[in-house]
Amino acid sequence: METQINTQPACEFAPWEDPVQKPFVRFENVTKKFGDFTAIEDLTLNIYEREFFALLGPSGCGKTTMMRMLAGFEYPTAGNIMLSQSNLHKAPPHKRPVNMMFQSYALFPHMTVEQNIGFGLKQEKTPKKEIKRRVEEMLSLVQLEPFTKRKPHQLSGGQKQRVALARSLAKKPRLLLLDEPLGALDRKLREQTQFELMSIQEQLGLTFVIVTHDQEEAMTVASRIAVMDHGKIVQVATPAEIYEYPNSRYSADFLGDVNIIEGQLDVTTGKTASLAWAEGETPLAISTKLRPPAGTTAWLAVRPEKLHISKEKPASADNCIKGEVWDIGYTGNISTFHVKASNGSILKVQVSNREHLADRPITWEDNVYVYWEKGAGVFLER
Amino acid sequence: MAVTDIASPPEEIQEPSGLSSGWGRRLFIAIPYIWLLVFFLAPFVIVLKISLSDVILARPPYFPNFDISEGWQGFLAMLRVFDLENYVWLAEDSLYLNSYLSSLRIASISTLLTLAIGYPIAYAMAKAPKEWRATLLMLVILPFWTSFLIRVYAWIGILKKEGFLNYFLLWTGIIDEPLMILNTDTAIYIGIVYSYLPFMVLPLYAVLEKLNISLLEAATDLGCSPLKAFWVITLPLSLPGVWAGCFLVFIPAVGEFVIPDILGGSSTIMIGKTLWVEFFSNRDWPVASAVAILLLLMLTLPIILFQKQQEKQAEASQ
Ligand SMILES: Nc1ncnc2c1ncn2[C@@H]1O[C@H](COP(=O)(O)OP(=O)(O)OP(=O)(O)O)[C@@H](O)[C@H]1O
Ligand SMILES: [Mg+2]
Repeated sequence: METQINTQPACEFAPWEDPVQKPFVRFENVTKKFGDFTAIEDLTLNIYEREFFALLGPSGCGKTTMMRMLAGFEYPTAGNIMLSQSNLHKAPPHKRPVNMMFQSYALFPHMTVEQNIGFGLKQEKTPKKEIKRRVEEMLSLVQLEPFTKRKPHQLSGGQKQRVALARSLAKKPRLLLLDEPLGALDRKLREQTQFELMSIQEQLGLTFVIVTHDQEEAMTVASRIAVMDHGKIVQVATPAEIYEYPNSRYSADFLGDVNIIEGQLDVTTGKTASLAWAEGETPLAISTKLRPPAGTTAWLAVRPEKLHISKEKPASADNCIKGEVWDIGYTGNISTFHVKASNGSILKVQVSNREHLADRPITWEDNVYVYWEKGAGVFLER
Repeated sequence: MAVTDIASPPEEIQEPSGLSSGWGRRLFIAIPYIWLLVFFLAPFVIVLKISLSDVILARPPYFPNFDISEGWQGFLAMLRVFDLENYVWLAEDSLYLNSYLSSLRIASISTLLTLAIGYPIAYAMAKAPKEWRATLLMLVILPFWTSFLIRVYAWIGILKKEGFLNYFLLWTGIIDEPLMILNTDTAIYIGIVYSYLPFMVLPLYAVLEKLNISLLEAATDLGCSPLKAFWVITLPLSLPGVWAGCFLVFIPAVGEFVIPDILGGSSTIMIGKTLWVEFFSNRDWPVASAVAILLLLMLTLPIILFQKQQEKQAEASQ
């Protein structure tokens, strides 16, 4: 990995950095085609034991397809999927130590909540008493105790989702696949369930793979995130790494808000590259170890909260852009200034609202300076 | 046919504006009731009346007759002549009880046979590639395009001693001498199963086709083998179709006349046949009507069950 960040203590769980560790799940050059359509393209990915791994990507990029291949509902067109070092080949779903929570829930309509949750345990011939205990445990986890005897069609969307979650968790599988498990829950319940999931996963030492559209959720729960695009993986890294050091415009844009400034590489001196981004403006300085030749097109990505804004020209700043306030977005704790630069591009600057709204000195059509340190931006080659 | 009896008036009618109040709306709701009144209740009352009358050698062959010109007095006079003689007669002669029981037996066995054959067919159709299903459905309905009577007659050619079936079996060497199938109960079973198979397949297909495939995936994901998944998921979820199919076969099969008459032997008694004999051979309309009324009463139980089942299903699918 190119960057070394120290946001986490040294003893942190990071098996992917340990060359001795063998991956628990391994996709090996996996391609999946549906007719002519390639859903997954030559994808290689390692997931380690006890990881909480998140798949992130736009709709239709192949997240569910990857899960279905792991669960055994689909088989790769080419390549191999390994589970604890052994090739899964065409093992059928019921022979895999994998459980999946379906995006569509797939609750059994003729069974009660209780029977749905206990279904997997019953297949294993678990004693009745034990089933009852585990079902109760799961019910309390998803806070559905009053609904034990209901049928799925008597439940709300969020309640169904929780039953589906409980059902997939009941067997405590070594690998649990969660396809958008919390999408239908309200914020409070969602956050609560996220932490419950994390503590279960940690306590039992299970491996979870989760699909989510909620990047905040991914950042909260995941040990690592894979950012996907059209059946390919763009970046796999910890949430902090992806946020601070995205490897491409795509993953910078996917996780959080970002300003991306396109330019031509001017010169690279020492650890600093300078990027000519607009006629008549000072080139922008970016810290980087990369040394692409001068003249190539490159991008600077910088998060809005890392920019500063003021009406007076800052005495010293690595980068400073003069512009005009175009718009102000107010979202309670944060104000977002949209500043129009000389070349017409818009920069977003986020300032936390420590002062009262009325005291805010910067307003529409003010001429302002936007400035930041060279270490705050990321140099992107694609 | 009995099946039409179960058509109940729609319980809720979408209110088109303009019909939303007053006579228009009442008339609209009344249409199904008028239909039932004219085509079901009125004939029923007539048959009931005949069943309470006495047989005479005349035209029509029963007494009393209601003469509208005699007015109310005439009506009361008619009521006084009514008696339950014919029903007593039915109870005393074991022939009738035996025909009812034999009809129930034959209808039950053929319903189970139809289910056993229809279920795999419907299952295979529902599992077939999407683009084939319409064609397969067509093939199931296709026999309806020719006359029912002709199709039943055709079975004589297949089942008789020198028929195709025996010819084929002798040729393959499976049997040494021809099977006697025609004019036995077996022939009736074959005829009923063949004729009513579409009534079984269609409702079964309807539920099986709707079955969400991800339910089976979820079951196998939770450790169920595909065979067990069929047993615990597919089968229970297809029960509404099983019930519907069974009733649709059982109810008309009880009163079946054509098939036992054409394919069955003289030793097979079924209530439909008995009724026919009373009506046309003995010209005893009152007894024939009493047989019909009892048959109807006997069928009301399965019809009510069928209704209940349909309601439950409609409720569950909401
Ligand atoms: N059985 C199938 N036949 C044909 N195409 C399929 C099939 N299953 C999935 N696809 C296609 O593969 C692509 C990836 O589908 P997938 O369900 O994996 O997306 P996803 O990333 O889970 O999307 P979402 O976030 O909307 O759930 C889509 O373009 C989809 O149309
Ligand atoms: Mg999906």
